Amino acid sequence: MLTYTIRRLALFVPMAAGMVIVTFSLLLLVPGDPAAVLLGQEASPEDIARLRMALGLDDPWFARLGRYFAALLQGDMGRSIFQNQPVAGVIGERLGATVELALAALMVAIVLGFVLGIAAAMWQASWVDTACMLLAQLGVSMPVYWLGILLMLAFAVQLGWLPSIGRGEPLLAAAGMALAGNPGPLLKSLSHLVLPALALGVNSAAIISRLVRTSMIEVLGEDFVRTAYAKGLRRPRVIVRHALRNALLPVISVIGLRFGALLGGAVLTESIFGWPGLGQLTIAAISQRDIPLIQGIVLTYAMMFAVVNLLVDLSYALIDPRVRLG
Amino acid sequence: MAGEHQNGTLVLEVKDLDVRIEGGGGSFLVVRDMAFAVARGETLAIVGESGCGKSMTALTLLRLHPPAATVERGFVCVDGQDVLALPRAALEDIRGEGIGMIFQEPLTALNPVMTIGDQIAEALRRHRDIGRRAAARRAIELLDLVRMPDPDHRARLYPHQLSGGMRQRAMIAIALSCEPAVLVADEPTTALDVTIQAQILGLIRDLQQRLGTALVLITHDLGVVAEMADTVIVMYAGRRVEVAHVNDLFDRPLHPYTRALMTAAPHLEAADGAKSMLMEIKGAVPPPWDMPQGCPFAPRCGLTLDRCRVEEPPLVKKRDGHLAACWEVPDAA
Ligand SMILES: Nc1ncnc2c1ncn2[C@@H]1O[C@H](COP(=O)(O)OP(=O)(O)OP(=O)(O)O)[C@@H](O)[C@H]1O
Ligand code: SF4
Ligand SMILES: [Mg+2]
Repeated sequence: MLTYTIRRLALFVPMAAGMVIVTFSLLLLVPGDPAAVLLGQEASPEDIARLRMALGLDDPWFARLGRYFAALLQGDMGRSIFQNQPVAGVIGERLGATVELALAALMVAIVLGFVLGIAAAMWQASWVDTACMLLAQLGVSMPVYWLGILLMLAFAVQLGWLPSIGRGEPLLAAAGMALAGNPGPLLKSLSHLVLPALALGVNSAAIISRLVRTSMIEVLGEDFVRTAYAKGLRRPRVIVRHALRNALLPVISVIGLRFGALLGGAVLTESIFGWPGLGQLTIAAISQRDIPLIQGIVLTYAMMFAVVNLLVDLSYALIDPRVRLG
Repeated sequence: MAGEHQNGTLVLEVKDLDVRIEGGGGSFLVVRDMAFAVARGETLAIVGESGCGKSMTALTLLRLHPPAATVERGFVCVDGQDVLALPRAALEDIRGEGIGMIFQEPLTALNPVMTIGDQIAEALRRHRDIGRRAAARRAIELLDLVRMPDPDHRARLYPHQLSGGMRQRAMIAIALSCEPAVLVADEPTTALDVTIQAQILGLIRDLQQRLGTALVLITHDLGVVAEMADTVIVMYAGRRVEVAHVNDLFDRPLHPYTRALMTAAPHLEAADGAKSMLMEIKGAVPPPWDMPQGCPFAPRCGLTLDRCRVEEPPLVKKRDGHLAACWEVPDAA
């Protein structure tokens, strides 16, 4: 496992470098002059030229790429034009919120998806199966914003059980306070998180449940499951230790993909629930043509996808010795 | 049949077994009127062409038949327990401990994401009150018992890292880990190289003798039958067509189907289990959904009488301890 991890990590480095280059080239391809954007419409050509010079925009592309790399290595992603702050800081503030939401939604998706999928597979072709798959059908066809608004109307506006908008303390910080004897912030954070996580996660839960069902049904028909029963193992053990572990393999890569989709999909959910995450920042950055910020956001997303990918591969190897040992 | 087993305790008894399959194509019996009894240390071979219901019979002994199949009638008794009537928990107790099974394809029959040591230890821990460590040690001993080279190391390997023969050894170690009274081996060597086949059969016979296991050996290879069996059941189209002691069967095969099998396998003397003899008889087994009226073998039988096409011959005693289902063979006086 260690050698596999090292090999896989070694692959990560050139991949990350590739992503930096792609992100950098985006800037070259985007029409419009950053200097012109920066100075506004009234700027004279001379001012623009001077700024281009000051920003090093007239240097050859490889020199600029080199500078970009060097800066990135020191955690410097440039300055946001409109917020006049370091991009890294601006993104950092929002990143936590988005990751928190996406992870919470992923939890919803995994728990719901596995419970429904396993139940459907275990009682295949019974009413349990039908009920689970009807729910999944519903979940797949429900658009995020629609579900988000429904949830908000029901639980926030009508019943008043949960807040409709905003975010509490960052969950980790709140959990720390709870451990220190102050559970208030944690409860508040969770109450803010529930609705957006549900709205965002249900779709993926539905997709995962279908996949878990198919995969489980296939594995339950395998010879080694029969062997497990022939040994006299109890049913729950056969289901969990033998069937589920093998059924997990095709599901994991989809979970990874879903996490990517959740990170991206958070844009809509964030604006519905006023969640101060990267999604909202992205919309703002694009509408303001804040190119360094856009660049930073794109790179952040790309890195997150790459990390998710890495985690998927590693968990694959953890579960399947054929991957790990070749 | 009990009379044939005065010299041993019966540990497996099957009576009047009918298994029905409900499929898209309809519903039909794939095992009919199966019956046998096996004593401690004894080997029963069930032989027949592909599709004649051998595996279905074997799986029924552990109540592991697929959902599409139902036992319509009959009785299976393992070590004094009525397998088909047991509640689920008691059934799970008897699987592995009262009766173990070895499957044809050792690669797919082993869990690909678990080491073979763990797969053996798991069976031990299910039936024996032993700790994790002790089970792991016992698993290595069992691998040694099935003559796995370098068992300490191999116990930590996954099925894909082993050869076919070693996988089957691991499978045997799993099946025998709790020393079941009955071992069912469904074509245990069909998927293996010829040289390995003889080794695995030798191993099974050795362990059987050492542990006093009753063995039900399913095969389509008469060489294997000659090598291993005490009693033989020849199956055709889901039914027994001949039952005899192995010597009687080879000395004096009665049923035309058995005789055809033997001529299709001419090198019996030289076989020694090393040379595989696949059967080849003209024509094919009628599928269960298209059974001819009368004797199911009639379309392929050279001796067909008029009666054969009308009425199915019952399995009756033709000589001492020798049963056959054929109109052409005269009944015992
Ligand atoms: N799961 C199933 N669903 C439907 N029909 C089945 C199923 N399993 C077996 N059958 C049918 O039952 C009959 C008996 O099959 P079985 O597997 O017992 O044959 P076999 O004697 O073991 O053959 P082989 O030598 O090929 O293993 C065959 O006609 C087969 O098509
Ligand atoms: S009963 Fe008739 S058809 Fe059947 S095996 Fe005997 S002789 Fe042949
Ligand atoms: Mg078979």
